[in-house]
Amino acid sequence: SHFQKNVDTTLTDGSSFNASMQTSPASMINQYKFEEDADTKDIFVTVDNPESHVTAIETYITYRVMTKTTRSEFDSSEFEVRRRYQDFLWLKGRLEEAHPTLIVHPLPEKFVVKGMVERFNEDFIETRRRALHRFLNKIAEHPIFSSSEDFKIFLTAASGELTSHKKQGPGFLSRMGDTVKAVAAAVRGVRNRPQEFTEMQEYVEAFSQKIISLDKVTQRIVREQKEYLEELKECGPTYALWSQSEEELAEPLKNVAGCVDRCCKETEEQVKNLSDHLIPVLHEYVLCADTLKAVLRRRDNIQADFEAKTEALATKKANRDTMRDDLDKAEDRLEWANNALKSDWTRWQKVMRTDLRSAFVDTAERNVSYYEKCLAVWESFLHSQRTDAEGNGKVDFS
Amino acid sequence: MADSGSEAIAVIGNTDLTPSESENNLKNTMVEKGTSLLKKMEISVAEAEKRTGKNAVNMQETYTVYLIETRPVDAASEGTNPALDSLWRRYSEFELLRNYLLVTYPFAVVPPLPEKRAEFVWHKLSADNMDPDFVERRRVGLENFLLRVASHPVLSSDKIFYLFLTEENGWKETMFETGFQAKADSRLKALNATFRVKNPDKRFAEMKHYGDELQSVISQLLRVRARAADRLYGVYKVHGNYGRVFSEWSAIEKEMGDGLQSAGHHMDAYAASVDDILEEEEHYADQLKEYLFYADALRTVCRKHELTQYELEMAVQDLTSKKQQREELATGTIRTFSLKGMTSKLFGQETPEQREAKLKMLETQIEEGEEQVKERNAECDEFVKSAWVDIERFKEQKDHDLRESLISYAIMQISMCKKGIQVWNNAKECFNKM
Repeated sequence: SHFQKNVDTTLTDGSSFNASMQTSPASMINQYKFEEDADTKDIFVTVDNPESHVTAIETYITYRVMTKTTRSEFDSSEFEVRRRYQDFLWLKGRLEEAHPTLIVHPLPEKFVVKGMVERFNEDFIETRRRALHRFLNKIAEHPIFSSSEDFKIFLTAASGELTSHKKQGPGFLSRMGDTVKAVAAAVRGVRNRPQEFTEMQEYVEAFSQKIISLDKVTQRIVREQKEYLEELKECGPTYALWSQSEEELAEPLKNVAGCVDRCCKETEEQVKNLSDHLIPVLHEYVLCADTLKAVLRRRDNIQADFEAKTEALATKKANRDTMRDDLDKAEDRLEWANNALKSDWTRWQKVMRTDLRSAFVDTAERNVSYYEKCLAVWESFLHSQRTDAEGNGKVDFS
Repeated sequence: MADSGSEAIAVIGNTDLTPSESENNLKNTMVEKGTSLLKKMEISVAEAEKRTGKNAVNMQETYTVYLIETRPVDAASEGTNPALDSLWRRYSEFELLRNYLLVTYPFAVVPPLPEKRAEFVWHKLSADNMDPDFVERRRVGLENFLLRVASHPVLSSDKIFYLFLTEENGWKETMFETGFQAKADSRLKALNATFRVKNPDKRFAEMKHYGDELQSVISQLLRVRARAADRLYGVYKVHGNYGRVFSEWSAIEKEMGDGLQSAGHHMDAYAASVDDILEEEEHYADQLKEYLFYADALRTVCRKHELTQYELEMAVQDLTSKKQQREELATGTIRTFSLKGMTSKLFGQETPEQREAKLKMLETQIEEGEEQVKERNAECDEFVKSAWVDIERFKEQKDHDLRESLISYAIMQISMCKKGIQVWNNAKECFNKM
């Protein structure tokens, strides 16, 4: 990878920005010029093996997180830990705090209330597991996030260690201070947003709408398929019932009943595939769109803060030295944020393209497979009728 | 048009039959089995047209007429195109013809007409009799009806049927001259009355039961199929929304734009393909419907047999009671209660002359009764014989036709699957370019 490792870019405390640690803005851009090179992938993470835990207070699920790596900063080459959803949330929060204008892949939602999906329903757990797996892999593939100390601890620490590490970090009051600053900045609003970020925002708005539409369309398809399945399920038994009144026709009718039933099973699987594979990915990118909006907002806030400080310096007479200091820091912070966002934006677009492309290709492949299986069912029926008829000497196929 | 002189087409070898081809196969089978009528003429219902005119109560109405075309089959003039005869008929005229056949040949399983009103429709299909799709399917059904009658060993030689096909005017008058109308009315009354047969013929009872079951199960199948078709339509059409969204999305993307746009077109094609698929399935539904109505024709024959049997039983019962009366009168013993008997007992016996007169009358009645029983017996036997021949013929036809229908249904499903494979493979290629 091509980013400079000697600069510690992980900021566990987002508010204390040490400008002296940084080199020139140009080199900062270089820092973020990273190209994905699959051959140099040196860390592999999997999430599997959900298990439920029952305590006096609650029941929850943990997942096994396995890591295999050749990186020198890891003490060993293999790790196995168990993590629960809360831990993933914590990790995401830490990454966002440290890198307000980098794009963190979304986590699956806490709890799907609509349709009353039971939290411990097998399908729900499996869908969540896959999403958590994707999340960690996105982090591992990210040049900045993957070297995060919090990420390392998440992958390697025993449960007790993780709990105590979680308790560190910026206290409640300093977090409150950050929030107040952010709100103040938001209220102020940004005045001279660079065109490229406005274009980004427009893109994100449009993209968000499109991906939400795709999610809705896909869910509608699933609904229609399920209703089709309900009706189709009655066809087979009707043919079977008919066969009971017939003599010569009994065999072909029973055969058709069997074919319809088999097609029903394939349709059922087809519906499940859409629900299990395409919908979660579309859903993730709906959440991504929200993440992007938040990132753009945070960038705007950083700029608004800089603009406010610029104005203050121009108008106020007292404390000019401190203010100038603050202004310099704010300027650096803004430049840093802008460059980080620009690079990560490019990276994100590539990843999005790959993800959505492979999700749709996968869907198309599954549809082809569905039709191929149904085709085979009906062709075998035709074949049986052909050999039957030839056997009975009824029809001449020559 | 059925092409004359062709052999049976192997339905299964060619898995890409169009609906008109499958119709042809049925026709060819009928032509092949060749009644003398079909051997000398080709019959088709070529067109349908809307007409307006005044009806019986002098009100303006719109109706559809169908063009019946007949052409002599002349092997010698293969090269030339012999003249077409044609005439227009309304659906109601077909109904009249069928009623005539029902009354005149009560033992025959008379081919049914296509439905009077659209039933088992799913939402997109129109229930309107004027709808062009409905009219077209009815045209095909009417042609089928004519060919079925023309290929029936008994019905095909009926004179009125021949006139129906060849004489535009005067057909109705000739038909009414046969006096079938009167028979129809009395038969109808008798059939609708409830009566019980003492010794039902087991075979006919089973046939009637089969007719009931067939009617019930085909109705169920048609209902279920229509609902499934409705749902399938929805599934395909929603994919059209993918087309729209992909197209909109491609507008904001640079590298992904082309792939998305072309994938969207395939989604539109997929959504549009369901119209043809379901239209083909309607042909299958029509084939099932024909046998739904055939089931009714079968039940009618069984019912008529019951009536014949009942009338025989009534005649026998009547004769027996008359014979008993004669015996009582002759021996003076009264075994049967009669008001006359009681009053004569109460108010005095009748004179020997009166008794003699009565006996004589009874003798005549018994003679007549015995004639009637003999007649009815012969009628019954005749009916049973002819009906059973036609029922056997019908069974064979049904088994053959329905098997063909199931095969054509499978072929349709295969075609649908092949289309699906093609569309999604195309879409996949486009997605790969995203």
